[in-house]
Amino acid sequence: MLDLLTGFVAELRAAGIPVSLTEHLDAAETLRHVPMEDREAIKYTLGASLVKSSTHWRTYETAFEIYFSLRGPDYRIEEDGDDGEGHRGDDDEAVSIPGQGNRRGQGQGRGSGGGQEGMTPEELAELLYKALLGANSAMVAAVARQAVSRYAGMEAGRPVGGTYYLYRTLRNLDLDRVLEQLVDQARAATSSLNDDMPPGDGAPPATLTPLEERLLRDEYQSRIDQLRQEIENEIRRRLVADRGSEALAKSLRKPLPEDIDMMHATRDELVALRKSLQPLSRKLAVRLARKRRHGRKGALDFRSTVRHSLSTGGVPVDPKFRYPRPSKPEIVVIADISGSVASFARFTLHLVHAISSQFSKVRSFVFIDGIDEVSRFFEGADDPSEAVHRINTEADVIWVDGHSDYGHAFTVFWERWGEEITPRTSVLLLGDARNNYHASQAWVVKELRARARHVYWLNPEPRAYWNSGDSIVGEYAVHCDDVVEVRTLRQLERFVGELA
Amino acid sequence: MSGVVGPDRAAEEITTGFPVAGVPRFGSIGEVRTGLAGVDYLADEGISGVVFLADRLAKPVLVEGPAGTGKTELAKSVARLTGSRLIRLQCYEGLDESKALYEWNYKKQLLRIQADSGQSWQQLEEDIFSEEFLLTRPLLEAIKSTEPVVLLIDEVDRVELETEALLLEILSEYQVSIPELGTVRASQIPLVFLTSNNTRELSEALKRRCLYLHIDYPKLDRERAIIETRVPGISQALADQVARIVRSIRTLDLKKSPSVSETLDWARTLVVLGVQSIDAEQAKDTLHILLKYQSDIDRAAKELAGVESPD
Repeated sequence: MLDLLTGFVAELRAAGIPVSLTEHLDAAETLRHVPMEDREAIKYTLGASLVKSSTHWRTYETAFEIYFSLRGPDYRIEEDGDDGEGHRGDDDEAVSIPGQGNRRGQGQGRGSGGGQEGMTPEELAELLYKALLGANSAMVAAVARQAVSRYAGMEAGRPVGGTYYLYRTLRNLDLDRVLEQLVDQARAATSSLNDDMPPGDGAPPATLTPLEERLLRDEYQSRIDQLRQEIENEIRRRLVADRGSEALAKSLRKPLPEDIDMMHATRDELVALRKSLQPLSRKLAVRLARKRRHGRKGALDFRSTVRHSLSTGGVPVDPKFRYPRPSKPEIVVIADISGSVASFARFTLHLVHAISSQFSKVRSFVFIDGIDEVSRFFEGADDPSEAVHRINTEADVIWVDGHSDYGHAFTVFWERWGEEITPRTSVLLLGDARNNYHASQAWVVKELRARARHVYWLNPEPRAYWNSGDSIVGEYAVHCDDVVEVRTLRQLERFVGELA
Repeated sequence: MSGVVGPDRAAEEITTGFPVAGVPRFGSIGEVRTGLAGVDYLADEGISGVVFLADRLAKPVLVEGPAGTGKTELAKSVARLTGSRLIRLQCYEGLDESKALYEWNYKKQLLRIQADSGQSWQQLEEDIFSEEFLLTRPLLEAIKSTEPVVLLIDEVDRVELETEALLLEILSEYQVSIPELGTVRASQIPLVFLTSNNTRELSEALKRRCLYLHIDYPKLDRERAIIETRVPGISQALADQVARIVRSIRTLDLKKSPSVSETLDWARTLVVLGVQSIDAEQAKDTLHILLKYQSDIDRAAKELAGVESPD
């Protein structure tokens, strides 16, 4: 067990969670007190000593599921030709499903083949439908299992990541359609008060109030999420049984939210990113405000010192200092929001505006091949994400064809707003400088540099890709104070922290 | 402290008995859970597991999570459950050791000096730096107490990073060092809870010494159960409906999601108003109890009325 724990800790460290030696020891101590057979308890108590931040929990959970997964013949990947194995799995279903099915009496008649081996896709769909309707978690788990063995098409020893199987299973189940069906069914049920009516059978539209419908929909949605979770677990279990923990942990490792690559984030990861952005910007603002208040001391206030020295007979015992008033920088953000770097630009704009109180002024411009000022969206809105949403729909950024043209955008910026750049301004240029082979017009950046306090370029691409293909970041870089690689929230936070 | 420095007697230790790990307070995780339920706190797997472990390992618990999810309540409930005294230290910016640990009672010391009865300076000095002249503050109080204690250090993220260091000694060794007096060790290990609203990252040193517990918004079933135990006279159907509506509202992208305590307030209001089952209109009229920003209220009202949001 201790070996397993050591491997587990090593995996957590590899995934980026800092686990110190004391924490490791605590975890080992934990295992002495918590009964081994209580898996959930082990998960939470181990987590209490190993994971010290809520954003790391997801990563921890994945690693835990892999290292401490249930093992046994039930979870082996079934070969198609192997009849014995196949039966084993199905027997299991046969035991669990009819028992649950009975609970919903009227459903049992229709889904007659529910517990048999070799269910047809229709029967499986029917079963899924019932499981979701009845909110029976054991049944949901059983369906998940069945669905995985049917649709995922898992083959032993095949080095494919779990996401591929997950995708195949979910595509076959078509959960969105199931959700609609469930809601329709509920609607039909209320309108006719006849529970036996088959779903979607020409029932006239709802007597269900919108509120009720909404609640129902959320209820079904949460059950479907549960199912998705089950399926994911099931796939993972089978993969572990096939390949062993260590190999799998590496391929399924989930990066921490602050380490997710913003340019290539999946939809789920983007949601995670957005969630961690809010606390991050709040923390950053608090930290900067503190730094401003405590960090520096003002110059000696001679007048005040002399005045106070009167009480000590003219001896300046207690020197007084001026109240520190560090200057707040003015920020101009010029961001490329074309497809490839859109999410990066959005996060940066969001973060900069969320801590705008730390700057004396923030102006933002977005461009693709045309350029537009978007500061006005942020002024009225008290929620930066809303403003970012408006940028996508309202800003006028397309000039000719909607492919990035840095040169044109910069030239227009210089003509229209160049005058407003002052020596107190810091200019942030955001983008990958993939210019689609247009002219670079790098002289604009040079002019900006001459006029502004600082010019920084933030590039969301890995440094290795710079200046390859149509990337011309090098041409701009010579005129910038610094070009920074900002691929993750962590890097973004560090940069903004140093800026303010 | 002022410039007065007493004789260095740090080597000398004042102990009211060595800290012993003592008799464990709880037998099993299940026992914690039922025990907490007995004092109207419905814990989930994670919460009861960590409380159990905190007792067994004699480690403090750092509780984080959104506001109003029952972090402080957890400490109070554990105190009630174990029949211990709850000592609470509310943290705020500018908290220092004279407010958190101990302070010398200057006035009394002055009086003692003035009432000098011809003692030698040596004697006098020893006298005025004795326990009689020590004002104990919450942390020292918790250490010195001989009866069982639950120490709650509330909103620890509000103190400055430097002030956190004050806590480190007490959290890992359960002792307080007073330069003039020596080291005071705990005679019993208090259960320590630190809560944080996560407004800033706590230092590694602090986190390392604690078990970490993140309390999030409860799942539907648990929230329903919480409403039923905490709101007297609520019908099951209403509790269920309240929990569902709150869950739906939490899925919206709001500035501040409704917390458990706000949910309870809302449920209480509905009971007082004599509502049997909520319709959209009533929900809209009472939403201001659940949500505290006008933009959030508008948004939720629109959603609940079934109008699809623009995105």
